[in-house]
Order: sequence, then C-alpha cells, then structure tokens
Amino acid sequence: MLEIEGVTVAYGGVTALDGVSISVPAHGITAVLGPNGAGKSTLLSSIAGLVRPLRGRISYRDRVLTGMAPEDIVRLGISLVPEGGGVIGELTVEENLRLAHMWRRDPSDRGKALDEVMALFPPLASRRSMPAHSLSGGERQMLAIGRALMSRADLLLLDEPSLGLAPKLVTLIMRTVRELCAKRGLSVLLVEQNARSALAIADDAVLLSSGRVIASRRAGELAQEEELRRAYLGY
Amino acid sequence: MTSPVSTLGGRVSWLRLTLLRNAVLGIVLALVAALGLWALDSINPFAVYQLSTVTYIAIAAAGLTILTGLNGQLSLGHGALMAVGAYATALLLKRYADLNPAVVIAASMVFTVGASLIVGVAAARLRGPYLAGATLALAVGLPGVAVRFSDVFGGDAGTPVPALTPPDAFSSVTQELWFAWVGLVPAVITFVVLANLVRTRYGRDFRAVREDEIASSLYGIRVARTQILAFVLSGACAGVAGSLMAYTSNLAAPGSFPLTLSLSLLAAIVIGGLGSLPGAIWGAFIIVFAPDWISSLNDSLNLPARVSDELPLALFGAVFVIAMLVFPHGIQGGLTRLWRWRARLRASGSSRGAAAGDPT
Amino acid sequence: MSYFIVLTLTGISAGMIYAALALALVLIWRATRVVNFAQGAMAMTTTYVALAVIEATGSYWIGFVAALAAGFALGAVSERLLVRWVEKGPPLNAVILTLGLLLVLEAIVPMVWGAQIRSFPAPFSISATDVGGTFVALSPFNLFTIAAVLLVMLALLVFFRFTGLGLSMRAAAFAPSTARLLGIRVGRLLTLGWGLATTAGALAGLLVAPALLLYPNNMDAVLVYGFTAAVLGGLDSPVGALVGGLSMGLALSYIGGYMGGDLETVGALAILIGVLMIRPHGLFVRMAERRV
Repeated sequence: MLEIEGVTVAYGGVTALDGVSISVPAHGITAVLGPNGAGKSTLLSSIAGLVRPLRGRISYRDRVLTGMAPEDIVRLGISLVPEGGGVIGELTVEENLRLAHMWRRDPSDRGKALDEVMALFPPLASRRSMPAHSLSGGERQMLAIGRALMSRADLLLLDEPSLGLAPKLVTLIMRTVRELCAKRGLSVLLVEQNARSALAIADDAVLLSSGRVIASRRAGELAQEEELRRAYLGY
Repeated sequence: MTSPVSTLGGRVSWLRLTLLRNAVLGIVLALVAALGLWALDSINPFAVYQLSTVTYIAIAAAGLTILTGLNGQLSLGHGALMAVGAYATALLLKRYADLNPAVVIAASMVFTVGASLIVGVAAARLRGPYLAGATLALAVGLPGVAVRFSDVFGGDAGTPVPALTPPDAFSSVTQELWFAWVGLVPAVITFVVLANLVRTRYGRDFRAVREDEIASSLYGIRVARTQILAFVLSGACAGVAGSLMAYTSNLAAPGSFPLTLSLSLLAAIVIGGLGSLPGAIWGAFIIVFAPDWISSLNDSLNLPARVSDELPLALFGAVFVIAMLVFPHGIQGGLTRLWRWRARLRASGSSRGAAAGDPT
Repeated sequence: MSYFIVLTLTGISAGMIYAALALALVLIWRATRVVNFAQGAMAMTTTYVALAVIEATGSYWIGFVAALAAGFALGAVSERLLVRWVEKGPPLNAVILTLGLLLVLEAIVPMVWGAQIRSFPAPFSISATDVGGTFVALSPFNLFTIAAVLLVMLALLVFFRFTGLGLSMRAAAFAPSTARLLGIRVGRLLTLGWGLATTAGALAGLLVAPALLLYPNNMDAVLVYGFTAAVLGGLDSPVGALVGGLSMGLALSYIGGYMGGDLETVGALAILIGVLMIRPHGLFVRMAERRV
C-alpha cells in the first residue's frame, strides 16, 4: 500500500537514507527500528513531504508522494505525528484538535470526531480549554495522536511516541495504538528507539542502520533473532 | 578555525604579516585611485566630487556592514551617528577655525564614539525588530534635537563648515579633487583596520554572537561587551564619514541627515553583501551614482514632467526589490556564487561529481 | 476645557490611528516575521484610491470601502508576488524589499495623481462637539475615528479567536511546519494575513488624511509612530498595538503641547528607549515561542 522505492536522502553532505526500499502493507503496524542516527525519522519526514529525496520514489495507493507538499499529502489520508508530538503550545487542547480537522471542510463531522477523541483520551477531555504547553509529556502524545485521528487519516506515521515517557505511559500509548489499528483498520508506521515495546505490538518490522535496510521481517521473527537484536537494538 | 595549539608568538607574527599585507595593498590601491581621480578631474570634475562622496559613504557602510552583517545588529540609525560626527566637526571649527583637518576628523570620531557608546549600551539588550525600532527612532529623532536647540546647533539652517581648501603645496589641485584625495586617506585606514579586525578574535566574537548567543556566552564570550564594541566601532566609522560629509558639503544641517540616509546606508550594505568589506564599496558606489544613472535614463526617454520627476525614486525602489529577489546575497555574494559555480564546473569535469545536492 | 483635557482627547484620537497602523504591522509580523516598512506607503496609496473613487462617485462611503478593498488586494498581492521570496531568508532582505516597495509606491502615486497636496474629506464634522452648551475637544470625526478602529480591532479579535479560519491563521503564524502537517495551506493564509493587515493600515490612512492632508509622503511620520507603538507594545501582541498606539498618541500630544512641536520625535525616541531598556521585548511579552 505504501511503497518506498530506492529512496536516498542527503542533508548537506550527510546521507541520511541510502537506497531504502520498504513495502508497508495496509492495515496493521509496521515498526521501523534501529540505532540512533539510522535515518528512521528522516524516513517519516520523507513520506510526509517535509524532506525531498534525492533519488527514489514514494507512493501511496499508487499515488506518487515524492514532490508533493506536506499539506497535500495530509489530504491523501496520511498523518505524521512528529517526535515530541509537535503540539502547538499557544493553542488550547481543543483548538489543536479542531485544527487537524480543518482541511476536511466538514463542520458537521468536526464535533463528532472531537467527541470520539475525548472519549478515547479522558485526560484531554478534562484539559480541553487549557493551553497545550501546560500538558505533560504523555498528554502531549495523546493530543498528537488525537490530532492524527481528527484528520481521519488511514496511515499514521508515529515518530518515537514513547520518547521521554514513563513505562506505564509507554504501555498505555502502545496499547492504544494497537487498539486503534485494530478497531479502525488503520495502518501505522511506527518509528521507535524502544524496540521491545514496538515489537510487542507490531505485525511487521524493518531494521534500519546508517540509512540502509538491514532486515525486513514479521515482528515476531525479528524479536527472535538474537544477533540482530544485540547488534542493532541493544538487547 | 585556528588550531588551539598555535603558539602566541606564532599567532602574533601571522597577524602582523596580514596587517602588513593589507596595509600595503591598501596604500597601493589608494595611490592608484588617487592617480585615477587626478586624470578624471580634467574630464569630469563632477564625477570626482561624487567619488569623494563615495569615499565617506563607503567608510560609513564599512562600519555598518561589520555591525549588521558580521555582528547581526540591524541599525536604521547610522545616519544620525553621521550627524553627530558632522556637527562635532562644525562646532569644533566654529570655535577653533584653524584646526588641522586630521585633528578635527579624529576629534569628531571620538565624539561619535562617545555617542555610539551610549546608544550601544542601550541597544545591547535589544534584538531584531526592537533594535530596528529603537535605531529608527534615533534616526528620526536626533535631527530634531538640532532644531530644538537652535542657538547651539543653528536650527534648520544648520551650522556652516569652512571649506576644505588645498594647502599651498597643492594649489593647482581643484576643490573636488582635494576632497576626494582627503577622503581616500581615512577610507584606506578604515578598510585596512577593519579587514584586520575581522580576522582577529574580535571578528570571530562578532560572528559567534550573531550565530548563537547562548552558545557564545557558554564559550566565554561576553555577549554584551561584544555587541557594544561592534556598535562603537561602526559608530566611529559613521563619525568619520559625517565629518568628511560636513567638510565636503560645507554644512552640518538636520536636512542632510534624513531617514533616507540611514536607509540608503543599509541598502548599500545589502546590495554589496552583508558583512563584506569590498561589498561596502560596491554598495556605496551604487547608492551614490544610481540616482544619476536613472536621471540620465530619464532624459533620453521623453517623458512628461510628472513621470520623469518620480522616475529616479521609482527605479531606485525597483532596484531594491529586484536586488532582493534576484541577488539575496548582494553583489559580492553573487560574485562569490559565480566563482564557486565556475569552480564546480571545472571540478566536475575531472571527477564523477556526485554532489550531495543543495539541502535547501 | 482645560488644556490638559484637550491634549488628552486629541491624543486619544491620534493614538487610535497609530494603533491601527501598529496593528497592521503586528499582524504581518506575527504571520510572516517581517516588518512591513511599506505599510505607511500602502495606506497612503489606498487613500489616493479612495479619493479617486470619491471624486468619481460623489460618495465618501463608496470611496471608504474601495480603499479597504484596495488595501486588502495590495497586501495580498505584495505577499504573494514579492514578500513570499524573502520570508525565508535573512531578515534584512525583507527589510530592504519593503523599503524598496515604499519608494516605488511613493513614486508611482504622484506619477498617476500628481505630487501636489490634496485635501481629503471627512465623513463627519471635524469641529468640536457641542455637548449641551460646552464644547468637547472631541469632534464627531474624532469619535468616528475611535469607534472605527475599536470596531476593526474587535472584529479581528472575534475572527481570530472564534472562527476556524482565524484558528488556522494563528496556527500558521505560530507553527507553520506543524500546521502544514495538519493539512493547512500555510501559504494562502499568510497571503490572507497580509491582506487583512493592509486593510487595517488602509483604515489608518483614511482616518489621518483629513487632518494631515494627502500627499505622497504623508504617512512617513505615521509609519514611524506606528512602528514605535508596535514595538512598544510588543510586536507579537495586537493588544500591545492598541496600548502602544494610545500611549504614543497621548505622549506625543503632551510633548507637543507642553514642550513644543519640534520635540515630538525626540520625545517619542526617549519613551521608546526607556521602555525597551526595561522590557526589551515590548510591554506585552509573550512566552518565548519556538517556531517549528
């Protein structure tokens, strides 16, 4: 469904991605793992249109994404949740959520979508009128994921949602992602440093290192491969 | 960047070599220019007068390009600092009519340094548009002081400045040529000094603070002091320029220092390339000569008075707009890019140039 | 009426005009991080347009609306065609560009309409209002000025706070990259922002022209005062623009009235430096915003 073909991305002399080819199936969670600096975030940025690959092509449901502006890629049903959530601190929780639905130009659906997100993440409901900068780390991730849901995306790109969160919250976030995926038939591309928790919920896994694909397996299989785990995932 | 392991002795002698080289270069260029001006004087004395204007505008622009280009402080008020230099000259000569010009210019510079110190200290805490606003107010407000205290400053009419006549030894030299030659001397000194300063620790500090204030202060650079030093330095240049301006126009009056002067200086350094000393010279040339070029364009096409009156201004503005759209790095930047592009063309011939691509 | 009260009332009225210009500068700064030095010249241009329309149709109000519409168009077109290219680069380039635009406008306007000083009509009487026998130093036109600016500010407040489009614009201003990731067409909204801002500027031009008269440079001083007002209030704050504008209006009125007209600009300078020394980011400091 999401085809990444031979993508190479370079920033001022450093090659972040080198001929990466990945095939992400529809429905289900694909984990993108690897050590620091492997190019995982760059991969998501390329898909979302924030970064333009030097070579290669990215297509989603047979539509070519490479070269499209980020705001147009969103309209195809892809939503990037950047590292740290990327919430707009000066706006309230509710405003952040409403904002994500704006492009749909469908005010009648907006209230409904909002209620769904509030029901899914009760802490957001209780803080709906507070500025987003007052939220804790975990709440910001909830808000960020909530925003992606507001845009009614089919493909979620999550960049290290567990970063800086306490283990309990990590479990909660991961479990929520898993449930959303199952309930709404979403596809998720999950970039994670925390390989263990990612593999626990993923269907497929891709291992990146120094901008190259090292391995691509079912998640369960990758979890079994001790050498790969020790060499690249640190456990 | 220089290796931290270089010896102090090594550093000092390297510096002295650069200083010597720049000084020699400067003197040679100045002599060439002086000769050129002498030749030009017999053909077109007005152009020589304009070139004398270029010398002091270039001095002011050089100081401003260091302040704004290197150190990152945007000042819209350097016209006012030139006014300080000009009035210092005028008032000094009013009191001591026979003072040697070199002494007068130096003293005016000192006065302006004092004023710049005050402004610089006030400005040190301000950033970006706030600094712009404060200096804008300075440019608009300071001339008003001269009008208010007209008994001291001569009010709107200003204070006259005695003509700078060539001494007996150079009696055959015309007034315009003398102005130009006199202007060359501080210009050369300014450029040589600044060119060297840029390579010292001070120049590095200026740049470092512009790039990243917090990192600079963590590294031990005293940010406020650096900002003030840069401001004072550029103020000194403006003071010298103002003094020369007073001498060559025989007047120090508020009308000579409108907001457009400060804005023109800014335009000069942007067109020439921010932080570039050669660019300051380019820029000075352009802002002095452009109105004339535009006017002569005017005369060749036959336009109604209404249009032709405004054409210089319109084209000047259009130049600013187009320059920013087409040459965002100024002329010097444009030349540098051209140079690099040619170098890359040559290099790609020899190797399989797998350029990583421009990350912008 | 005591002299002080007269000065105060005239100061408030003038202050509202500076506030309108300051608001225009603030809106543009918030959206695109550019100081539009051509804002005054743009307001002057739209006022000339108004005059042309008034002379053609005989109606002030049609001219009024024409000026606001022209302001919107001028701002939007400037952003889309010119400023867009310098928004990303060094801030000085944008400064020079807008200064160039200022020069171009101040040259083209007299090419079309001539440079002579023209008078501009006021829709209401400009003489002191008769309140039951005593004359209040606030003319009906002054009252209109105050009301118009307040109305525009209120309308903008409602727009930004309570409408979806306003929300999108705020997001585009605070965090443009993030907004893109949410599907928001940031570019179009920046153009819209410039359009709205220049409309506010056009209002200032219309309100100041009856007293100041109309000529190509008439907005230069107003730009300086408006800019000072915006900086005083803090460039990120529309409320600051209002407070800054009123402060400038009052201060200049008192200084001009008690210390002599030539000291106005010097006084403005002193106030500005004074305030910025204490609060280098203006009076209404917002928390440090990280632009994504």
